[in-house]
Amino acid sequence: MMKNIGIIIELDKGRIKETNFGMITLARAKDTELFAVVVDADAEIVKEELESFGITKIVEVSLAEDQQKNPVVRAKAIINVIKEYNICAVFGLSTAMGKDLLPRIAALLKASLVMDCYAVDIKQNLVKTSQYSGKTSATIKAAGDVLIFGVRPNAIEPVKASSLAEILKFDGTSLISKDLKVIKTGDTDTSENISLVEADVIIAGGRGMKNGENFTILSKCAKKLNGAVGASRVAVDAGWVPYSMQVGQTGEKVSPLVYIACGISGSVQHFAGMKTSGMVIAINKDENAAIMSNCDYYVKADALEIIPELIKHLGND
Amino acid sequence: MQIYVCVKHVPDSAANITIVEKNHIDENLTFLLNPYDEHAVTEAVRIKDSLPDAEIIVVCLGKDDAQKTLRSALAMGADRGVLIESNKNHDSIETAQALKTVIEQDGNPGLIFTGRESIDAEGMQTMFRIGALLDFPVATNVVKLDIEAGRAVVDSALSGGIANTYEMSLPCVIGAGRGLNTPRYPTFPDVVKSKKKSIKKIVFSDLKIESLAAGMNIVELEPLLQEREPKEIKGDAGEVAKKIVRILKEEAKVI
Repeated sequence: MMKNIGIIIELDKGRIKETNFGMITLARAKDTELFAVVVDADAEIVKEELESFGITKIVEVSLAEDQQKNPVVRAKAIINVIKEYNICAVFGLSTAMGKDLLPRIAALLKASLVMDCYAVDIKQNLVKTSQYSGKTSATIKAAGDVLIFGVRPNAIEPVKASSLAEILKFDGTSLISKDLKVIKTGDTDTSENISLVEADVIIAGGRGMKNGENFTILSKCAKKLNGAVGASRVAVDAGWVPYSMQVGQTGEKVSPLVYIACGISGSVQHFAGMKTSGMVIAINKDENAAIMSNCDYYVKADALEIIPELIKHLGND
Repeated sequence: MQIYVCVKHVPDSAANITIVEKNHIDENLTFLLNPYDEHAVTEAVRIKDSLPDAEIIVVCLGKDDAQKTLRSALAMGADRGVLIESNKNHDSIETAQALKTVIEQDGNPGLIFTGRESIDAEGMQTMFRIGALLDFPVATNVVKLDIEAGRAVVDSALSGGIANTYEMSLPCVIGAGRGLNTPRYPTFPDVVKSKKKSIKKIVFSDLKIESLAAGMNIVELEPLLQEREPKEIKGDAGEVAKKIVRILKEEAKVI
């Protein structure tokens, strides 16, 4: 039997974020119809791109203007779409936005939800995620009429598959939230920095950066690499950088293509946040630092000497 | 006002995890109060400082050993504890049902706290399920909380140091994030005092939780190893930089 799969597309400045394509690739399976759910964006604009990844239906959801950013209203709208089109599995990104949206949908539907997953077998309803501070991989059997999956950004390589998509309109303008109102939204649209969890390249600093000022060197380098800057807990606790930059157990969990660790020793808790990175390059003066034996490339040197050189050599790219 | 704080007894993040019986871990290791829940307890105590009539009740679903985690929360300033005893591991659907049932039986919540996630199961959803069952609004990863004129104004953190500000009616559910406060670690007198505080025990099976079609069962646990074979990049700073650029370009293909 044909299964209807819903995919919540995350947009940034009106464009589809790259990480959606890996998620669509993961959701694609035999005998499925893929419904891309687009909230408050023009489906016509994103149609061609979605078609190139196998989407066959695009549900354009419109919400009342003052409710667009309200996660409760968004959740309600998506629940209506799920019911309207008999959707039995929903995929969304395990980003900051997804962490505030997907559990709301699951809770209201009393449906299963696995966040931050990196493999889904839709035939058997088996899903893989990490547990115990990233030390174990758990295979979870999800049960129920509707299953919801929060997909770890960058975990799946996008593969194209062409299709033709039909646009369906869903009017959610009457939906409201009485008990939760949005006073102000953190404006991601004006933020120049690439989100840590979605960056392809992360350059992170630890104790070896010595002070907050030296992190500007990392920022410069990140800019050249089109990446983001991260930090270890030591650097955050020392007050050199804000907590939002922390990678690790009690910070962000990231899987970039490349993770460059500068002056980071590599505690168990730090690894919990970055061990699924594609390539790890460690730069550390201390050759006995844990990270030096658990990386792909290591440099025995002071990161403060290497990174400025790296910036120079990235210069004209 | 009664403030309920839902806490979890979790393995120390630095502990080595050994998998037994395919889908369990060897629990012969150090367990402690989930780090995010420390922020939840601390925030409840901070609110109580300005509302002296408030009572803080910590609730935990876990094995008998989880009393230690309740004691930690009591030492941090909570008034009393409730242990929902169960020898099984429960998914967040059952956990939320149990917590909701016990909170409703126990009192009249004005605020409910959880941590934004537990560091063992990393499910990130129990707070939303409690909220949905009680029809209370919910915010997670809360890094700033103000209670004023019968409402809660919260900053719910996104990535990159930015946050959404939500206003919620009370009662509401708050998933505490790390930026919310600096946990108050108990002094020796706090610990002594906490020993006199009560912990009520309730058996999970007595709650008669409704069994739902939905559920998340762990069928297998495997060590998550990332086998890497470190290769040294040698040379002076300039040579190293050149080699890194080449690796980024040719091998990682990110530039």
